[in-house]
Amino acid sequence: MPTLRLTETGIAIDDRRHGEEITLAEWREGVRPEAGRFELSVPNTENIEALADVIRQFAAIILEFPTFQDGRAYSQARILRERLNFQGEIRARGAVLCDQALFMVRAGFDALDIGNGDPDGFKRAIAAYSVFYQPAADKSVPVRDLRAARRVAA
Amino acid sequence: MYRYDQFDETIVRERVAEFRGQVERRLAGDLSEEEFKPLRLMNGLYLQLHAYMLRVAIPYGTLSSTQLRRLAHIARKYDKGYGHFTTRQNIQFNWPALVDVPDILSDLADVEMHAIQTSGNCIRNVTSDPYAGAAAGEVDDPRIWSEVIRQWSSLHPEFSFLPRKFKIAVTASEEDRAAIKVHDIGLKLYRNETGERGFEVLVGGGLGRTPYIAETVRKFLPEKRLLSYLEAILRVYNRHGRRDNKYKARIKILVAADIVDFRRQVEEEWSKSDRDRLDAPLHELLRIRRCFAPPGFEALSDESSSLIDARRQSRAFDRWVATNIQPHKQAGYAIVNVSLKPIGKPPGDISADQMDAVAELGERYSFDEVRATHEQNLVLPHVKKDDLYSLWQALDAAGLATANIGLVSDIIACPGLDYCDLANARSIPIAQQIAERFADPEEAAGIGELKIKISGCINACGHHHAGHIGILGVDKKGEEFYQITLGGSGAQDASIGAIAGRAFSSNELVGAVDRLIGHYKNNREKGERFLDVYRRLGPETFKEALYADATTD
Repeated sequence: MPTLRLTETGIAIDDRRHGEEITLAEWREGVRPEAGRFELSVPNTENIEALADVIRQFAAIILEFPTFQDGRAYSQARILRERLNFQGEIRARGAVLCDQALFMVRAGFDALDIGNGDPDGFKRAIAAYSVFYQPAADKSVPVRDLRAARRVAA
Repeated sequence: MYRYDQFDETIVRERVAEFRGQVERRLAGDLSEEEFKPLRLMNGLYLQLHAYMLRVAIPYGTLSSTQLRRLAHIARKYDKGYGHFTTRQNIQFNWPALVDVPDILSDLADVEMHAIQTSGNCIRNVTSDPYAGAAAGEVDDPRIWSEVIRQWSSLHPEFSFLPRKFKIAVTASEEDRAAIKVHDIGLKLYRNETGERGFEVLVGGGLGRTPYIAETVRKFLPEKRLLSYLEAILRVYNRHGRRDNKYKARIKILVAADIVDFRRQVEEEWSKSDRDRLDAPLHELLRIRRCFAPPGFEALSDESSSLIDARRQSRAFDRWVATNIQPHKQAGYAIVNVSLKPIGKPPGDISADQMDAVAELGERYSFDEVRATHEQNLVLPHVKKDDLYSLWQALDAAGLATANIGLVSDIIACPGLDYCDLANARSIPIAQQIAERFADPEEAAGIGELKIKISGCINACGHHHAGHIGILGVDKKGEEFYQITLGGSGAQDASIGAIAGRAFSSNELVGAVDRLIGHYKNNREKGERFLDVYRRLGPETFKEALYADATTD
């Protein structure tokens, strides 16, 4: 599965994995990574906050979009980044469409499984906006703070 | 009024460019209609019975004359020369061609307007009191917070794919002119016992198939904490709102299922949130507040002798003043309602020439401001009483001086089967028939305040549940029938109307309304409105009158 990854240096496409995938159900049945790096996939109905101690043991968390209209994983991603301070990869899987990609990135996803999607379309969509009103899980500076900075500079 | 700075403009321009690209992909066949649908819906573009319909956002109903002129231009250039004001203070164009829509959005962007989030399962265009900044009794201008919400909710990364659409209304007055209790979130700004300003936060109101009056989830929220609290509500809804059944997906279902648990979840989420980061900073609030500074009112005597003289001389003007004018907080000024309900015309429709006329009058007489109301009328909020007669003459010349605000013919109606592919029955012709029956202005004035609201199907876009008399179109074996509900209200005394009984055919409906009004007139005591008598007497006698000599099946 081609994965679009956002890094400090830009956007890359690869099919790299952070080791074996363990589902949350498997984890609960006692499956444990033996050593090294693993990925955990979490259904979008799950209260991610209750998994604070679990997620720290994984290099990547995979969140699901069963359909593009089902936006629960946006909340999970923000909680992972902003409340649980998860530093690993957060990857979107399922109905990952280019027109939702920017929302995903702003919610804290840094990897998108894009399937047969056109990588250039995704890149365009992610670059479609240069400024944002609200604070979220990405590194952008919200418009209100840009305004304040501009006033200070003036 | 709020004015865009470079950042607001950049966002709206980037949106136009993004949608232009999406339309190009659709027209080139790279996107199927199924794939294109969610994209166009994010930009207010619906596919209706006969054509595309574009819904343009009018944030909290406030327009400048320049903006209204641009809407007239769009109606002429891209549509059939008219537009339709909706029950959410927006305007719809019923006949745009897909290929033109990016240009329309670009024309809108030129005047600081857009169609963002006028459809889709996202936070919709925020609505507010059409008399904001003009009516007495406000603790603050509710548009300040409405604009804060507009910016926060625009292209929100977490809340753009909610279980269902989400509507927020804001008021800052005891008198509710924004129908906050029938919104997903209703916000009422007030001062608490210690004089601090904050919001009563109501959640879970709504009409549609299962109508509910909103519940108070928090009695007092310090105003500066608004955005973090809204995020907490939206996050609980995004996570727990039902997604298995479109008709049970609104937040009202979640709230009604267990209000105590809902409140607990919101408070818990809020208690963990990084409020100082989420809430709007003071410098931003001050910046927005400056945009809503009161216009340069003149110091005038509240009594206008020219107004008194003109009312004596013209019966028609006097009647219009009595129905369409509301008191202003500033001495010598008045709030003018411009009815978009001329007898026999579709409620809320306005021609391009009329838009230009209102824009011109707003510029000349009302500090360049026009408002749209959720009752599908317009408002010139700041008019000198000395100018009312000249204004009325100009409105009359444009066919906009109908004196029926709040009266029997000031009907809210959805587009109905004439336009909408969800409808069971037509709404507009029913509104027209009722208005024509009560066309005599003396008779209508004698009946007093009466809110009739008509929906062409159970989705309740015409707010029939909130009508003193509500009318709901139903399909009976392929024939259009109409069910009557009684006793609803969308104002501060909000209630859901109760179904009266068997439905009526379109031929019987005007007679039925007539009997209800007759029963009211026979039983009213001094000063009582239709709704007051209904609430005092209860439904039974009204039902008896309604079905007295009806020939229903």
